[in-house]
Amino acid sequence: MARLAMVIDTTLCVGCADCVVACKTENDVPEGFCRDWITEQVAGAFPSARLEIRSERCNHCDHPPCVGCCPTGASHVHQPGAVVLVDKQKCIGCKACIASCPYDARFVHPQGHVDKCTFCVHRVEHGQLPACVSVCPTRCMHFGDLDDPESGVARLLRSRRHHELLPAAGTGPRVIYLT
Amino acid sequence: MDEITSTRHNPGIDPVLHAWGWEIPVYLFLGGLVAGLMVLAGYHILKAGRQQEKVSYPYAPMLGVILLSLGMNALFLDLANKPLVWRLYLTFQPASPMSWGSWILLLVYPALIGAAILHPPERVPFGQRLLALVRSWSEWLHQRPRLVQVLGLANLGGGIALGIYTGILLGAFGARPLWNSAVLGPLFLFSGLSTAAALMHLLAMVSRSGTGAPFADVALAGVFRLMDPAHCKHVMVRADASFLTIELAIIALWLLGLLTATGVHQQAAALLLGGPWTAPFWGLVILAGILVPLLLQFLELAGRIRHSAVPAVLVLIGGFVLRWILVEAGQASRWS
Ligand code: SF4
Ligand code: SF4
Repeated sequence: MARLAMVIDTTLCVGCADCVVACKTENDVPEGFCRDWITEQVAGAFPSARLEIRSERCNHCDHPPCVGCCPTGASHVHQPGAVVLVDKQKCIGCKACIASCPYDARFVHPQGHVDKCTFCVHRVEHGQLPACVSVCPTRCMHFGDLDDPESGVARLLRSRRHHELLPAAGTGPRVIYLT
Repeated sequence: MDEITSTRHNPGIDPVLHAWGWEIPVYLFLGGLVAGLMVLAGYHILKAGRQQEKVSYPYAPMLGVILLSLGMNALFLDLANKPLVWRLYLTFQPASPMSWGSWILLLVYPALIGAAILHPPERVPFGQRLLALVRSWSEWLHQRPRLVQVLGLANLGGGIALGIYTGILLGAFGARPLWNSAVLGPLFLFSGLSTAAALMHLLAMVSRSGTGAPFADVALAGVFRLMDPAHCKHVMVRADASFLTIELAIIALWLLGLLTATGVHQQAAALLLGGPWTAPFWGLVILAGILVPLLLQFLELAGRIRHSAVPAVLVLIGGFVLRWILVEAGQASRWS
Protein backbone atom coordinates (compact mmCIF):
# COMPACT_ATOMS: atom_id res chain seq x y z
CA MET A 1 0.00 0.00 0.00
CA ALA A 2 1.45 3.37 -0.99
CA ARG A 3 2.07 6.04 1.65
CA LEU A 4 2.61 9.32 -0.12
CA ALA A 5 4.92 11.74 1.68
CA MET A 6 6.65 15.08 1.24
CA VAL A 7 10.27 15.54 2.21
CA ILE A 8 11.45 19.15 2.42
CA ASP A 9 15.08 20.22 2.58
CA THR A 10 15.25 23.08 5.07
CA THR A 11 18.85 23.80 4.09
CA LEU A 12 17.60 24.86 0.65
CA CYS A 13 14.28 26.55 1.47
CA VAL A 14 14.56 30.36 1.36
CA GLY A 15 10.95 31.05 2.40
CA CYS A 16 10.00 32.66 -0.93
CA ALA A 17 6.39 31.39 -0.51
CA ASP A 18 6.12 30.29 -4.15
CA CYS A 19 4.60 27.07 -2.82
CA VAL A 20 1.91 29.08 -1.02
CA VAL A 21 1.02 31.06 -4.15
CA ALA A 22 1.04 27.91 -6.32
CA CYS A 23 -1.33 26.14 -3.90
CA LYS A 24 -3.72 29.08 -3.75
CA THR A 25 -3.80 29.27 -7.54
CA GLU A 26 -4.07 25.54 -8.19
CA ASN A 27 -6.71 24.87 -5.54
CA ASP A 28 -8.64 28.12 -5.70
CA VAL A 29 -8.00 28.73 -1.99
CA PRO A 30 -10.22 31.67 -0.91
CA GLU A 31 -8.70 35.03 -0.10
CA GLY A 32 -7.51 35.30 3.49
CA PHE A 33 -6.96 31.53 3.87
CA CYS A 34 -4.03 29.23 3.12
CA ARG A 35 -3.56 25.48 2.87
CA ASP A 36 0.22 25.80 3.19
CA TRP A 37 2.34 28.45 4.84
CA ILE A 38 5.90 29.42 5.72
CA THR A 39 7.23 29.06 9.25
CA GLU A 40 10.53 30.48 10.43
CA GLN A 41 12.02 29.11 13.63
CA VAL A 42 15.03 30.69 15.28
CA ALA A 43 16.56 28.56 18.01
CA GLY A 44 19.60 28.98 20.22
CA ALA A 45 21.68 32.08 21.00
CA PHE A 46 24.26 34.06 19.06
CA PRO A 47 26.75 32.98 17.76
CA SER A 48 25.24 29.52 17.43
CA ALA A 49 21.65 30.58 16.73
CA ARG A 50 20.00 28.55 13.99
CA LEU A 51 17.28 29.55 11.55
CA GLU A 52 15.04 26.92 10.00
CA ILE A 53 12.59 27.89 7.28
CA ARG A 54 9.81 25.41 6.64
CA SER A 55 7.00 25.12 4.15
CA GLU A 56 4.20 23.61 6.28
CA ARG A 57 0.82 22.06 5.52
CA CYS A 58 -1.38 19.13 6.62
CA ASN A 59 0.97 16.27 7.44
CA HIS A 60 -1.28 13.52 6.07
CA CYS A 61 -0.56 11.69 9.30
CA ASP A 62 -0.26 7.91 9.54
CA HIS A 63 -2.57 8.01 12.57
CA PRO A 64 -4.79 10.99 11.80
CA PRO A 65 -6.94 12.03 14.80
CA CYS A 66 -8.94 14.26 12.45
CA VAL A 67 -10.31 11.17 10.69
CA GLY A 68 -11.29 9.20 13.79
CA CYS A 69 -13.20 12.10 15.36
CA CYS A 70 -15.26 12.96 12.28
CA PRO A 71 -18.92 12.07 12.98
CA THR A 72 -19.98 11.84 9.33
CA GLY A 73 -17.03 10.08 7.73
CA ALA A 74 -16.28 13.22 5.67
CA SER A 75 -12.67 13.16 6.84
CA HIS A 76 -11.20 9.99 5.42
CA VAL A 77 -8.02 8.31 4.28
CA HIS A 78 -7.99 8.17 0.50
CA GLN A 79 -6.41 5.14 -1.17
CA PRO A 80 -4.09 4.61 -2.91
CA GLY A 81 -1.59 6.87 -1.21
CA ALA A 82 -3.11 7.13 2.28
CA VAL A 83 -3.84 10.81 1.68
CA VAL A 84 -6.12 12.44 4.30
CA LEU A 85 -9.01 14.17 2.54
CA VAL A 86 -12.32 15.87 3.35
CA ASP A 87 -15.43 14.97 1.36
CA LYS A 88 -17.23 18.30 1.17
CA GLN A 89 -20.51 16.59 0.29
CA LYS A 90 -20.45 14.96 3.73
CA CYS A 91 -18.85 17.66 5.89
CA ILE A 92 -21.32 19.38 8.24
CA GLY A 93 -18.75 21.89 9.53
CA CYS A 94 -18.81 20.67 13.13
CA LYS A 95 -15.11 21.56 13.45
CA ALA A 96 -14.25 18.47 15.52
CA CYS A 97 -11.42 17.71 13.08
CA ILE A 98 -10.08 21.24 13.49
CA ALA A 99 -9.94 20.83 17.27
CA SER A 100 -8.32 17.40 16.91
CA CYS A 101 -5.42 18.45 14.65
CA PRO A 102 -2.33 19.27 16.72
CA TYR A 103 -0.90 21.20 13.73
CA ASP A 104 -3.93 23.46 13.22
CA ALA A 105 -3.70 22.54 9.55
CA ARG A 106 -7.43 22.83 8.79
CA PHE A 107 -9.85 25.72 8.46
CA VAL A 108 -13.49 26.32 7.66
CA HIS A 109 -13.92 27.22 3.99
CA PRO A 110 -16.35 30.13 3.43
CA GLN A 111 -18.63 27.59 1.71
CA GLY A 112 -19.11 25.84 5.08
CA HIS A 113 -17.04 22.69 4.72
CA VAL A 114 -13.61 22.13 6.23
CA ASP A 115 -10.63 22.54 3.94
CA LYS A 116 -6.92 21.71 3.97
CA CYS A 117 -4.03 20.45 1.84
CA THR A 118 -4.92 17.46 -0.37
CA PHE A 119 -1.35 16.71 -1.53
CA CYS A 120 -2.91 17.81 -4.87
CA VAL A 121 -4.27 14.31 -5.24
CA HIS A 122 -6.09 15.40 -8.41
CA ARG A 123 -2.70 16.10 -10.02
CA VAL A 124 -0.88 13.17 -8.48
CA GLU A 125 -3.44 10.71 -9.85
CA HIS A 126 -2.56 12.02 -13.31
CA GLY A 127 1.15 11.51 -12.78
CA GLN A 128 1.93 15.13 -11.88
CA LEU A 129 3.59 16.51 -8.76
CA PRO A 130 1.68 18.59 -6.20
CA ALA A 131 1.57 22.24 -7.32
CA CYS A 132 3.82 23.42 -4.48
CA VAL A 133 6.51 20.83 -5.27
CA SER A 134 6.43 21.58 -8.98
CA VAL A 135 7.06 25.33 -8.61
CA CYS A 136 9.73 25.41 -5.89
CA PRO A 137 12.64 27.41 -7.37
CA THR A 138 15.23 25.84 -5.04
CA ARG A 139 13.88 22.31 -5.62
CA CYS A 140 13.83 21.75 -1.87
CA MET A 141 10.58 19.75 -1.96
CA HIS A 142 10.40 16.07 -2.80
CA PHE A 143 7.32 13.91 -3.17
CA GLY A 144 6.89 10.15 -3.39
CA ASP A 145 5.93 6.86 -1.78
CA LEU A 146 7.50 6.13 1.60
CA ASP A 147 6.68 2.45 1.27
CA ASP A 148 8.78 2.14 -1.89
CA PRO A 149 12.39 1.81 -0.69
CA GLU A 150 13.63 2.98 -4.09
CA SER A 151 11.61 6.20 -4.12
CA GLY A 152 13.46 9.51 -3.87
CA VAL A 153 11.82 10.36 -0.55
CA ALA A 154 12.72 7.00 1.02
CA ARG A 155 16.32 7.36 -0.13
CA LEU A 156 16.60 10.89 1.20
CA LEU A 157 15.31 9.80 4.60
CA ARG A 158 17.86 6.98 4.67
CA SER A 159 20.77 9.27 3.87
CA ARG A 160 19.94 12.59 5.57
CA ARG A 161 19.20 13.80 9.08
CA HIS A 162 15.55 14.69 9.38
CA HIS A 163 12.76 15.53 11.79
CA GLU A 164 9.02 15.72 11.80
CA LEU A 165 6.76 18.21 13.56
CA LEU A 166 5.46 17.50 17.08
CA PRO A 167 6.60 13.86 17.18
CA ALA A 168 5.31 13.59 20.78
CA ALA A 169 1.75 14.04 19.51
CA GLY A 170 2.10 10.54 18.03
CA THR A 171 0.24 11.21 14.79
CA GLY A 172 2.99 9.97 12.48
CA PRO A 173 3.26 13.00 10.19
CA ARG A 174 4.32 12.37 6.58
CA VAL A 175 5.69 15.82 5.82
CA ILE A 176 9.28 15.42 6.92
CA TYR A 177 12.05 18.02 7.11
CA LEU A 178 15.68 17.42 6.17
CA THR A 179 18.17 19.38 8.27
CA MET B 1 15.74 31.64 22.33
CA ASP B 2 13.14 29.66 20.43
CA GLU B 3 11.03 31.97 18.31
CA ILE B 4 8.52 30.90 15.70
CA THR B 5 6.94 33.19 13.11
CA SER B 6 4.39 32.00 10.60
CA THR B 7 2.71 33.43 7.52
CA ARG B 8 -0.45 31.44 8.32
CA HIS B 9 -3.42 33.62 9.19
CA ASN B 10 -6.48 31.42 8.82
CA PRO B 11 -9.59 32.92 10.46
CA GLY B 12 -10.69 30.96 13.53
CA ILE B 13 -7.30 29.23 13.69
CA ASP B 14 -4.70 31.96 14.17
CA PRO B 15 -3.26 33.36 16.32
CA VAL B 16 -5.17 31.17 18.83
CA LEU B 17 -7.60 28.43 17.85
CA HIS B 18 -11.19 29.61 18.19
CA ALA B 19 -13.15 27.09 16.17
CA TRP B 20 -15.97 26.94 18.73
CA GLY B 21 -17.74 30.01 20.09
CA TRP B 22 -20.55 30.49 22.64
CA GLU B 23 -22.71 27.75 21.11
CA ILE B 24 -20.63 24.82 22.39
CA PRO B 25 -20.45 25.86 26.09
CA VAL B 26 -24.19 26.58 25.99
CA TYR B 27 -24.84 23.15 24.47
CA LEU B 28 -22.52 21.40 26.96
CA PHE B 29 -24.18 23.21 29.89
CA LEU B 30 -27.72 22.42 28.78
CA GLY B 31 -26.73 18.84 27.87
CA GLY B 32 -25.24 18.31 31.34
CA LEU B 33 -28.27 19.90 33.00
CA VAL B 34 -30.66 17.63 31.11
CA ALA B 35 -28.45 14.63 31.92
CA GLY B 36 -28.76 15.49 35.61
CA LEU B 37 -32.54 15.93 35.32
CA MET B 38 -32.80 12.53 33.64
CA VAL B 39 -30.77 10.79 36.32
CA LEU B 40 -32.89 12.34 39.07
CA ALA B 41 -36.10 11.54 37.21
CA GLY B 42 -34.98 7.98 36.41
CA TYR B 43 -34.02 7.29 40.00
CA HIS B 44 -37.30 8.71 41.15
CA ILE B 45 -39.34 6.57 38.75
CA LEU B 46 -37.52 3.42 39.83
CA LYS B 47 -37.62 4.08 43.56
CA ALA B 48 -40.56 6.30 44.30
CA GLY B 49 -43.38 5.10 42.14
CA ARG B 50 -46.26 7.54 41.94
CA GLN B 51 -46.61 8.46 45.60
CA GLN B 52 -44.27 11.40 45.36
CA GLU B 53 -46.06 13.37 42.70
CA LYS B 54 -46.31 16.32 45.05
CA VAL B 55 -42.64 17.09 44.72
CA SER B 56 -41.51 19.16 41.77
CA TYR B 57 -40.07 16.12 40.01
CA PRO B 58 -42.93 15.88 37.45
CA TYR B 59 -41.62 19.01 35.74
CA ALA B 60 -38.10 17.61 35.33
CA PRO B 61 -38.60 15.55 32.14
CA MET B 62 -40.78 18.23 30.52
CA LEU B 63 -38.17 20.84 31.31
CA GLY B 64 -35.55 18.40 30.04
CA VAL B 65 -37.22 18.19 26.62
CA ILE B 66 -37.28 21.99 26.34
CA LEU B 67 -33.70 22.49 27.55
CA LEU B 68 -32.33 19.70 25.39
CA SER B 69 -34.02 21.20 22.34
CA LEU B 70 -32.47 24.58 23.17
CA GLY B 71 -29.06 22.91 23.54
CA MET B 72 -29.40 21.10 20.23
CA ASN B 73 -30.36 24.38 18.60
CA ALA B 74 -27.15 25.94 19.92
CA LEU B 75 -25.22 22.97 18.51
CA PHE B 76 -26.97 23.38 15.17
CA LEU B 77 -26.12 27.09 15.09
CA ASP B 78 -22.46 26.18 15.49
CA LEU B 79 -22.40 24.01 12.36
CA ALA B 80 -20.71 25.76 9.45
CA ASN B 81 -22.55 23.60 6.89
CA LYS B 82 -26.07 23.47 8.36
CA PRO B 83 -27.94 22.08 5.33
CA LEU B 84 -25.96 18.83 5.62
CA VAL B 85 -26.78 18.19 9.31
CA TRP B 86 -28.77 15.08 8.33
CA ARG B 87 -25.46 13.47 7.36
CA LEU B 88 -24.94 12.74 11.08
CA TYR B 89 -27.71 10.18 10.91
CA LEU B 90 -26.63 8.35 7.78
CA THR B 91 -23.68 6.78 9.55
CA PHE B 92 -22.32 5.68 12.89
CA GLN B 93 -18.61 6.35 13.43
CA PRO B 94 -17.55 4.32 16.49
CA ALA B 95 -14.32 6.28 17.02
CA SER B 96 -16.09 9.64 17.01
CA PRO B 97 -17.57 10.87 20.32
CA MET B 98 -19.62 13.35 18.30
CA SER B 99 -21.21 10.50 16.37
CA TRP B 100 -22.00 8.71 19.65
CA GLY B 101 -23.41 11.96 20.99
CA SER B 102 -25.68 12.61 18.05
CA TRP B 103 -27.23 9.14 18.41
CA ILE B 104 -27.44 9.40 22.22
CA LEU B 105 -29.22 12.75 21.83
CA LEU B 106 -31.74 11.16 19.53
CA LEU B 107 -32.34 8.27 21.94
CA VAL B 108 -32.80 10.36 25.08
CA TYR B 109 -35.81 12.20 23.64
CA PRO B 110 -38.20 9.21 23.80
CA ALA B 111 -37.03 8.47 27.37
CA LEU B 112 -37.60 12.08 28.44
CA ILE B 113 -40.97 12.34 26.72
CA GLY B 114 -42.05 9.01 28.25
CA ALA B 115 -41.10 10.25 31.71
CA ALA B 116 -42.94 13.53 31.10
CA ILE B 117 -46.08 11.60 30.18
CA LEU B 118 -45.77 9.44 33.28
CA HIS B 119 -46.39 12.37 35.62
CA PRO B 120 -48.32 15.09 33.80
CA PRO B 121 -48.72 18.40 35.66
CA GLU B 122 -51.90 18.92 37.68
CA ARG B 123 -52.77 22.21 36.00
CA VAL B 124 -51.73 23.93 32.81
CA PRO B 125 -52.63 27.50 31.76
CA PHE B 126 -53.79 26.32 28.32
CA GLY B 127 -54.14 23.09 26.33
CA GLN B 128 -56.63 21.38 28.69
CA ARG B 129 -57.62 18.86 26.02
CA LEU B 130 -54.02 17.86 25.46
CA LEU B 131 -53.54 17.50 29.21
CA ALA B 132 -56.55 15.16 29.37
CA LEU B 133 -55.07 13.08 26.56
CA VAL B 134 -51.69 12.92 28.28
CA ARG B 135 -53.42 11.90 31.50
CA SER B 136 -55.04 8.97 29.73
CA TRP B 137 -51.62 7.90 28.39
CA SER B 138 -50.24 8.26 31.89
CA GLU B 139 -52.96 5.96 33.26
CA TRP B 140 -52.17 3.47 30.52
CA LEU B 141 -48.49 3.56 31.45
CA HIS B 142 -49.17 3.19 35.17
CA GLN B 143 -51.10 0.02 34.49
CA ARG B 144 -47.88 -1.45 33.07
CA PRO B 145 -45.29 -1.42 35.89
CA ARG B 146 -42.75 -3.19 33.69
CA LEU B 147 -42.91 -0.40 31.14
CA VAL B 148 -42.58 2.19 33.90
CA GLN B 149 -39.48 0.39 35.11
CA VAL B 150 -38.02 0.42 31.59
CA LEU B 151 -38.71 4.17 31.43
CA GLY B 152 -36.94 4.67 34.74
CA LEU B 153 -33.94 2.69 33.56
CA ALA B 154 -33.90 4.50 30.21
CA ASN B 155 -33.82 7.87 31.99
CA LEU B 156 -31.18 6.79 34.46
CA GLY B 157 -28.96 5.16 31.81
CA GLY B 158 -29.62 7.83 29.18
CA GLY B 159 -28.85 10.58 31.70
CA ILE B 160 -25.56 9.00 32.75
CA ALA B 161 -24.57 8.41 29.10
CA LEU B 162 -25.48 11.98 28.12
CA GLY B 163 -23.68 13.51 31.12
CA ILE B 164 -20.50 11.51 30.59
CA TYR B 165 -20.59 12.05 26.85
CA THR B 166 -20.52 15.84 27.20
CA GLY B 167 -17.17 15.46 29.00
CA ILE B 168 -15.77 12.68 26.81
CA LEU B 169 -16.52 14.86 23.77
CA LEU B 170 -13.76 17.23 24.90
CA GLY B 171 -11.58 14.60 26.60
CA ALA B 172 -11.17 12.70 23.32
CA PHE B 173 -9.29 15.55 21.62
CA GLY B 174 -5.68 14.55 22.20
CA ALA B 175 -4.50 17.66 20.36
CA ARG B 176 -5.77 19.91 23.18
CA PRO B 177 -3.77 19.05 26.31
CA LEU B 178 -6.14 20.82 28.72
CA TRP B 179 -8.96 18.46 27.71
CA ASN B 180 -6.72 15.44 27.68
CA SER B 181 -8.21 13.70 30.69
CA ALA B 182 -10.57 10.79 31.25
CA VAL B 183 -12.03 12.50 34.32
CA LEU B 184 -13.80 15.14 32.21
CA GLY B 185 -16.64 12.64 31.66
CA PRO B 186 -17.40 12.12 35.38
CA LEU B 187 -16.72 15.83 36.02
CA PHE B 188 -19.41 16.90 33.57
CA LEU B 189 -21.78 14.24 34.88
CA PHE B 190 -21.50 15.43 38.49
CA SER B 191 -21.56 19.07 37.45
CA GLY B 192 -24.72 18.24 35.47
CA LEU B 193 -26.24 16.57 38.54
CA SER B 194 -25.49 19.53 40.78
CA THR B 195 -26.92 22.03 38.26
CA ALA B 196 -30.00 19.84 37.75
CA ALA B 197 -30.55 19.63 41.50
CA ALA B 198 -30.13 23.40 41.73
CA LEU B 199 -32.64 23.98 38.95
CA MET B 200 -35.22 21.68 40.55
CA HIS B 201 -34.65 23.51 43.79
CA LEU B 202 -35.35 26.86 42.13
CA LEU B 203 -38.38 25.44 40.40
CA ALA B 204 -39.74 24.16 43.68
CA MET B 205 -39.30 27.61 45.21
CA VAL B 206 -41.06 29.31 42.31
CA SER B 207 -43.92 26.82 42.09
CA ARG B 208 -44.16 26.48 45.88
CA SER B 209 -44.93 22.84 45.34
CA GLY B 210 -41.86 21.66 47.13
CA THR B 211 -41.22 20.62 50.64
CA GLY B 212 -39.64 23.94 51.47
CA ALA B 213 -36.67 22.18 52.96
CA PRO B 214 -33.79 24.58 53.32
CA PHE B 215 -31.72 24.56 50.09
CA ALA B 216 -32.49 20.87 49.67
CA ASP B 217 -33.41 20.05 46.13
CA VAL B 218 -36.97 18.98 46.06
CA ALA B 219 -36.16 16.65 43.22
CA LEU B 220 -34.26 14.57 45.69
CA ALA B 221 -37.30 14.16 47.90
CA GLY B 222 -38.36 11.37 45.61
CA VAL B 223 -35.02 9.70 45.88
CA PHE B 224 -35.20 9.63 49.63
CA ARG B 225 -38.89 9.04 49.98
CA LEU B 226 -38.39 6.24 52.46
CA MET B 227 -36.93 8.60 55.00
CA ASP B 228 -39.18 10.32 57.51
CA PRO B 229 -39.44 14.05 56.75
CA ALA B 230 -37.20 15.29 59.52
CA HIS B 231 -34.48 12.81 58.68
CA CYS B 232 -35.07 13.31 54.98
CA LYS B 233 -34.06 16.96 55.21
CA HIS B 234 -30.61 16.04 56.37
CA VAL B 235 -30.16 13.29 53.83
CA MET B 236 -31.22 15.60 51.02
CA VAL B 237 -28.81 18.22 52.19
CA ARG B 238 -26.01 15.72 52.28
CA ALA B 239 -26.86 14.32 48.85
CA ASP B 240 -27.02 17.79 47.29
CA ALA B 241 -23.77 18.84 48.84
CA SER B 242 -22.16 15.57 47.84
CA PHE B 243 -22.60 16.34 44.11
CA LEU B 244 -20.65 19.56 44.62
CA THR B 245 -18.03 17.89 46.80
CA ILE B 246 -17.47 15.09 44.28
CA GLU B 247 -17.24 17.72 41.52
CA LEU B 248 -14.60 19.56 43.53
CA ALA B 249 -12.64 16.34 44.06
CA ILE B 250 -12.75 15.52 40.33
CA ILE B 251 -11.53 19.03 39.43
CA ALA B 252 -8.62 18.50 41.83
CA LEU B 253 -7.86 15.12 40.21
CA TRP B 254 -8.03 16.64 36.73
CA LEU B 255 -5.57 19.43 37.60
CA LEU B 256 -3.29 17.00 39.43
CA GLY B 257 -3.32 14.70 36.41
CA LEU B 258 -2.27 17.58 34.16
CA LEU B 259 0.43 18.78 36.55
CA THR B 260 1.98 15.33 36.81
CA ALA B 261 1.90 14.66 33.05
CA THR B 262 4.13 16.02 30.27
CA GLY B 263 5.37 19.57 29.79
CA VAL B 264 2.56 20.44 27.37
CA HIS B 265 -0.02 19.30 29.92
CA GLN B 266 1.65 21.39 32.62
CA GLN B 267 1.56 24.39 30.28
CA ALA B 268 -2.13 23.72 29.70
CA ALA B 269 -2.80 23.60 33.44
CA ALA B 270 -0.90 26.88 33.78
CA LEU B 271 -3.69 28.56 31.79
CA LEU B 272 -5.81 28.13 34.94
CA LEU B 273 -2.98 28.42 37.45
CA GLY B 274 -1.62 31.90 36.87
CA GLY B 275 -2.59 32.19 33.19
CA PRO B 276 -5.40 34.22 31.60
CA TRP B 277 -8.26 32.03 32.89
CA THR B 278 -7.11 31.95 36.52
CA ALA B 279 -9.45 34.61 37.90
CA PRO B 280 -12.70 33.40 36.30
CA PHE B 281 -11.87 29.76 37.06
CA TRP B 282 -11.03 30.17 40.74
CA GLY B 283 -13.40 33.08 41.33
CA LEU B 284 -16.53 31.96 39.50
CA VAL B 285 -16.24 28.17 39.25
CA ILE B 286 -14.50 27.10 42.45
CA LEU B 287 -15.37 29.88 44.88
CA ALA B 288 -18.75 31.22 43.73
CA GLY B 289 -19.93 28.03 42.01
CA ILE B 290 -18.93 25.38 44.55
CA LEU B 291 -17.43 26.60 47.85
CA VAL B 292 -19.85 29.46 48.60
CA PRO B 293 -22.98 27.38 47.81
CA LEU B 294 -21.62 24.60 50.03
CA LEU B 295 -21.05 27.05 52.87
CA LEU B 296 -24.46 28.70 52.44
CA GLN B 297 -26.15 25.33 52.41
CA PHE B 298 -24.35 24.34 55.57
CA LEU B 299 -25.40 27.56 57.32
CA GLU B 300 -29.01 27.17 56.14
CA LEU B 301 -29.06 23.64 57.46
CA ALA B 302 -27.66 24.73 60.77
CA GLY B 303 -30.42 27.35 60.96
CA ARG B 304 -27.92 30.21 60.99
CA ILE B 305 -29.29 31.92 57.88
CA ARG B 306 -32.60 31.91 56.08
CA HIS B 307 -33.27 29.58 53.21
CA SER B 308 -32.78 31.34 49.86
CA ALA B 309 -32.32 30.78 46.15
CA VAL B 310 -28.77 32.13 46.23
CA PRO B 311 -26.88 28.79 46.46
CA ALA B 312 -28.88 27.28 43.59
CA VAL B 313 -28.33 30.34 41.37
CA LEU B 314 -24.61 30.26 42.15
CA VAL B 315 -24.39 26.55 41.31
CA LEU B 316 -26.04 27.19 37.94
CA ILE B 317 -23.71 30.09 37.14
CA GLY B 318 -20.67 28.07 38.23
CA GLY B 319 -21.71 25.11 36.06
CA PHE B 320 -22.04 27.32 33.00
CA VAL B 321 -18.75 29.17 33.56
CA LEU B 322 -16.96 25.82 34.02
CA ARG B 323 -17.96 24.80 30.49
CA TRP B 324 -17.24 28.23 29.08
CA ILE B 325 -13.71 28.27 30.48
CA LEU B 326 -13.03 24.67 29.48
CA VAL B 327 -14.04 25.30 25.88
CA GLU B 328 -12.13 28.58 25.59
CA ALA B 329 -8.96 27.63 27.48
CA GLY B 330 -8.92 24.14 25.97
CA GLN B 331 -8.79 25.55 22.46
CA ALA B 332 -5.90 27.79 23.51
CA SER B 333 -3.91 24.83 24.83
CA ARG B 334 -1.66 23.13 22.27
CA TRP B 335 1.27 20.81 21.76
CA SER B 336 3.70 23.35 20.36
S1 SF4 C 1 -1.88 17.27 10.01
FE1 SF4 C 1 -3.80 17.54 11.08
S2 SF4 C 1 -5.33 17.57 9.45
FE2 SF4 C 1 -3.48 16.71 8.56
S3 SF4 C 1 -3.73 14.47 8.80
FE3 SF4 C 1 -2.54 15.21 10.56
S4 SF4 C 1 -4.09 15.57 12.15
FE4 SF4 C 1 -5.18 15.45 10.18
S1 SF4 D 1 -15.98 19.57 10.21
FE1 SF4 D 1 -16.49 18.14 8.55
S2 SF4 D 1 -14.65 16.92 8.19
FE2 SF4 D 1 -14.42 17.95 10.16
S3 SF4 D 1 -15.15 16.47 11.70
FE3 SF4 D 1 -16.91 17.76 11.20
S4 SF4 D 1 -17.94 16.70 9.52
FE4 SF4 D 1 -15.89 15.79 9.67
